[in-house]
Amino acid sequence: MNTTTINGAAAHHDHDHDHAPAGIMRWLTSTNHKDIGTLYLWFSLFMFFFAGALAMVIRAELFQPGLQLLQPNVFNQLTTMHGLIMIFGAIMPALVGFANWQVPLMIGASDMAFPRLNNWSFWLLPAAGTLLIASFFVPGGAIAGGWTMYPPLFMQGGIAYDMSILAVHILGISSIMGAINIITTILNMRAPGMTLMKMPLFVWTWLITAYLLVAVMPVLACAITMLLTDRHFGTHFFDAAGGGDPIMFQHIFWFFGHPEVYIMILPSFGIVSTVIPTFARKPLFGYVSMVYAVASIAFLSFIVWAHHMFTTGMPVAGQLFFMYATMLIAIPTGIKVFNWVATLWRGSISFETPMLFSLAFVFLFTIGGFSGLVLALVPVDIQLQDTYYVVAHFHYVLFSGSAMSIMAGVYYWLPKWTGHMYDEKLGKLHFWLTTIAFNVTFFPMHFLGLAGMPRRIPDYSLQFTDFNKIASLGGFLLGASQLLFLYVVIKCVRGGEPAGNRPWDGADSLEWTQTSPPPYHSFVTPPLVK
Amino acid sequence: MQAHSDSNVYYVPPPSIWPLVGSVALLTLATGFVLVMNKIAAGPYVMTLGMGILLVMLFGWFGTVIKESLAGKYSKQVDSSFRWGMVWFIFSEVMFFAGFFGALYYARNLAVPWLADTQLLWPGFSAAWPTAGPGLKTVIDPVNAWGIPALNTLILLSSGATVTWAHWGLQKGNQRQLKLGLAMTVALGILFIGFQIHEYAEAAFSIRDGIYGATFYMLTGFHGFHVMMGTVMLIVILFRSLAGHFTLEHHFAFEAVAWYWHFVDVIWLLLFVFVYWL
Amino acid sequence: MLNFPDRRAGLSFFAARLLIGLIAGLVPSLSRAEYALNLPAPASDLAQSIYDLHTLILWICLVILLVVFVPMAIALVKHRKSAGYQAAKFHDNLLVEIIWTIIPVLILFFMARPAASLVVSMKDTTKEDLTIKVTGYQWKWEYEYLGDNIRFMSNTSTPKEQIEGSQPKGENYLLEVDRPLVVPAGKKVRLVMTSSDVIHAWWVPAFGVKQDAIPGFIRDSWFKVDKPGTYRGQCAELCGVGHGFMPVVVEVVPPEQFASWKKEQIAMAATAAANANKTYGMAELKALGEKVYSANCAACHQPDGAGLPGAFPALNGSKIVSGDKSGHIDIVLNGKPATAMASFGKQLSDLDIAAVVTYERNSWNNKTGDVVQPADIAARRK
Ligand code: HEM
Ligand SMILES: [Cu+2]
Ligand SMILES: [Cu+2]
Repeated sequence: MNTTTINGAAAHHDHDHDHAPAGIMRWLTSTNHKDIGTLYLWFSLFMFFFAGALAMVIRAELFQPGLQLLQPNVFNQLTTMHGLIMIFGAIMPALVGFANWQVPLMIGASDMAFPRLNNWSFWLLPAAGTLLIASFFVPGGAIAGGWTMYPPLFMQGGIAYDMSILAVHILGISSIMGAINIITTILNMRAPGMTLMKMPLFVWTWLITAYLLVAVMPVLACAITMLLTDRHFGTHFFDAAGGGDPIMFQHIFWFFGHPEVYIMILPSFGIVSTVIPTFARKPLFGYVSMVYAVASIAFLSFIVWAHHMFTTGMPVAGQLFFMYATMLIAIPTGIKVFNWVATLWRGSISFETPMLFSLAFVFLFTIGGFSGLVLALVPVDIQLQDTYYVVAHFHYVLFSGSAMSIMAGVYYWLPKWTGHMYDEKLGKLHFWLTTIAFNVTFFPMHFLGLAGMPRRIPDYSLQFTDFNKIASLGGFLLGASQLLFLYVVIKCVRGGEPAGNRPWDGADSLEWTQTSPPPYHSFVTPPLVK
Repeated sequence: MQAHSDSNVYYVPPPSIWPLVGSVALLTLATGFVLVMNKIAAGPYVMTLGMGILLVMLFGWFGTVIKESLAGKYSKQVDSSFRWGMVWFIFSEVMFFAGFFGALYYARNLAVPWLADTQLLWPGFSAAWPTAGPGLKTVIDPVNAWGIPALNTLILLSSGATVTWAHWGLQKGNQRQLKLGLAMTVALGILFIGFQIHEYAEAAFSIRDGIYGATFYMLTGFHGFHVMMGTVMLIVILFRSLAGHFTLEHHFAFEAVAWYWHFVDVIWLLLFVFVYWL
Repeated sequence: MLNFPDRRAGLSFFAARLLIGLIAGLVPSLSRAEYALNLPAPASDLAQSIYDLHTLILWICLVILLVVFVPMAIALVKHRKSAGYQAAKFHDNLLVEIIWTIIPVLILFFMARPAASLVVSMKDTTKEDLTIKVTGYQWKWEYEYLGDNIRFMSNTSTPKEQIEGSQPKGENYLLEVDRPLVVPAGKKVRLVMTSSDVIHAWWVPAFGVKQDAIPGFIRDSWFKVDKPGTYRGQCAELCGVGHGFMPVVVEVVPPEQFASWKKEQIAMAATAAANANKTYGMAELKALGEKVYSANCAACHQPDGAGLPGAFPALNGSKIVSGDKSGHIDIVLNGKPATAMASFGKQLSDLDIAAVVTYERNSWNNKTGDVVQPADIAARRK
């Protein structure tokens, strides 16, 4: 997309901290975007396995009808915490980790705009994670009301409910600070010559994502603050007797919640839009329309929230408005898919692991988009709301969407981050296992939902048995395959074939002009972009 | 090739302990708050400890920033980073208040009328504002908008003017005007808080009195909290002006606080209209 | 021409085709009726329209899928580096981009029209023949035939032994209740829904009705089913521990049969009212109390009264249960705010409450010897 001239990258400045400080303090007190990015990514991987382990237990319980392993209240704790931790602990931190590593490298900045704040954003995560994990061990156990935290059910729990509310507050602070940092970095720290429309698409998607974060995380804070005061300070926001309305919580929550799902997918779009041109050896098709598509998705995401609430019984006008608005989102989403396919068309395609993940992303995410469209239609949604169909939908967009794009990104940039090539054979094996197991796990859930299996139940009636068995078996394989991922990553961090500056011949953004791994302080003097 | 002098290099601070201290502080504070809410005896102590750590962190962190600023480490580019950062921070605050205003709108214009339509469950309830809802029998006697609230509006508006006047002073290089303006702003801020406390003490209803009490105290409470924060920030800025920290070209901290103060001002105007008046 | 100079790329490509082939091959063989791949057979016009709408959308999606991914598959096969394909350089084409923006818009319009008119008819609850108030409780449904003085609770009737696996599971496992909702065939039934505690959702897939039951608010919905029969559904909104065990069963009967059923119910209510003033013996009360307990209390406090530490208090040895009678009665009648302990005063008759209180006070290690009579309950109601 752009040719770059590097200026003075080697000419090191006389900095008082050229090298990484040693020991644990390097990580605890870091002001280096690469170290902080690494911290984010490891944290995310840990949480991915933690929440994944919860899912394994869930699938074990659902392997056959009847209550085998868990009491219903524990089952509800597991589903709730699985969702909450995957979203706030695994997917979001991973994407922020990518932003930390890649945004400064891709725009030729020396670091993030606020390096200390950056570190705070990260270290708030373990604080929140501690509260969340500890909540399993307090009397009554963890929260069990669903990650959506709907009152009045959420009024009924014990101390874990307060811990989780405050944990989410802390996560919110972390996200807002992180987002402000990213926006400022992108707006203010680009290398001379890098105009907005010359930025790599990944940077664009993060700019818009960060905007969404700043806009909606405070609204989530507001919703859960009201929950807290309803629980402990006698307010009646969500209590009809006092003139409040439990549905009001859902409106405020989903005003955050829908943009939140795009927060989790837009950076993924960015990753895939980086990987596909690289391995198609052809520039991204329709860069400008991609930028506009992302922007319009972000805009529309503010006016569709009530599609999560069609069965609450809104007035007709409300249902129709939110149905139309939701359907509109399919258009920019479709444009992105078309552009990816057009990028592949007449490329010179090769199938390295990141590319495999990205291709699977395009196909499987689109299936999730279709089920989204089906759910957008009010009458159909009324049948499918709160069934396994919805579970299938959001795993197609969040697992084969966000999570698999994250894997694509990890394989793509690992050589840059570590200086070593990952094991291509094992990477491919990981890809195939993941993709197959994923589909075996989640595709049958469409059928379960259509046939009428509600979500969030610990036990089911007999006609759902077969597909649940299949889903559980797939789920175990999916879980196990991720251990291979961990192995490949660790192996790559520890050694491997040297990667050289630019292991992918089709890659052309600024990070590939740096050594692998890049110097501790890269682009101390900004490069000049023509 | 373009030549870059060292002063153009973006300042990347050395490793710092303060962020970590900050998260320990929030974790302790949150834990303490959970304990307090669940009436566990250790709560207040844990919370106080958390507060203490938070204060240490704030002093340490901002102290470092001020030192770096005085040492001339912050180039023009760093300065504009601060500006962007502050703008987006204020935007996030705007969205926070937007959520509560949204709740007020929803409750007043949608939920309460719907409840009045639900005669099967709430016989005899009719929509009105203020209301404590169909299940509580409390009658709410609201605060008269044209009493203290109107006075407070006047106070905050004048404080907006004095802080702007101080800014003019700074721009003209008139340090005396800067200090005087700031001092007046601080005084007005404290006055506002005093009146607000008085109003709470006199109010005939509490946060427990249905949706009106809830929205009233939540909105005015969070606003009041922001005024307090703003006042503290103004006091810090006042001391820094007295110490001669601000120059014509280097006074981002002053502007940030002024912006924040204006934001608090605007929120108050909305509060006055939608909470007190209409 | 296809050749595979790079063996690894070739292999993975082959695997991809194998996968696609497998999926394609599996689908027809799976589509036997018992696998339930689709929405259940509709029993109302609304459900039928939903079914058709879903089928239409599915076909449209399938066509779009082919239009998008056949070219992608071709590119992946033909435009491979390993096949020696040189990359083209194009990266924009305004015309194409405009076309593929406009066509989806048109398709969406085409989808939105039937959906919108269906929404309007689903929302049209006027001209009903009969109105039933449905109230969700943790974890059962209450049905009240407005204007007819018929009101009853509908509890799950799947035995605990089946759930825990010590007994084989019945045909309608988890989808059976003690007293189903009974409605006349061919009549427009309007449901007005609410809840007494948390949000539930009343759902019968064959009717195309799913509506949240929201505490403090009334939302309505309707159905008209012509074919008599038994229709089953479940609660569809997470409502706590018993959410998976909160079935909905509706019996649609011919109108004449409905009329006689109604008479029966009214007679039954009269006998129950008469019984309220009788005095009962301990054994009688305990026997009834055990039934009431397992239907209403055991989900949280557990069949052995041990509760779930931290979440739900034990009744075995509890201070309230072994203490003064009136305290015990009060908490059952009025519940405990902000907890899952509901006020059963609204749900159970005086006799039921007397029975369950007697049962709790004289079971497990609790040996108060107290016999609580319906009149004692009536006295503590306000
Ligand atoms: C074409 C684009 C999409 C459309 C039209 C769409 C539509 C919908 C609708 C209507 C629902 C509500 C279903 C229900 O609860 O009844 C839903 C649920 C959901 N969607 Fe999407 N969606 C789209 C894309 C996405 C993407 C990209 C993500 C995330 C990356 C996503 C994540 C979710 C999640 C997490 C839920 C379930 C939330 C919950 O109830 O727990 N969706 N979607
Ligand atoms: Cu959504
Ligand atoms: Cu339920």
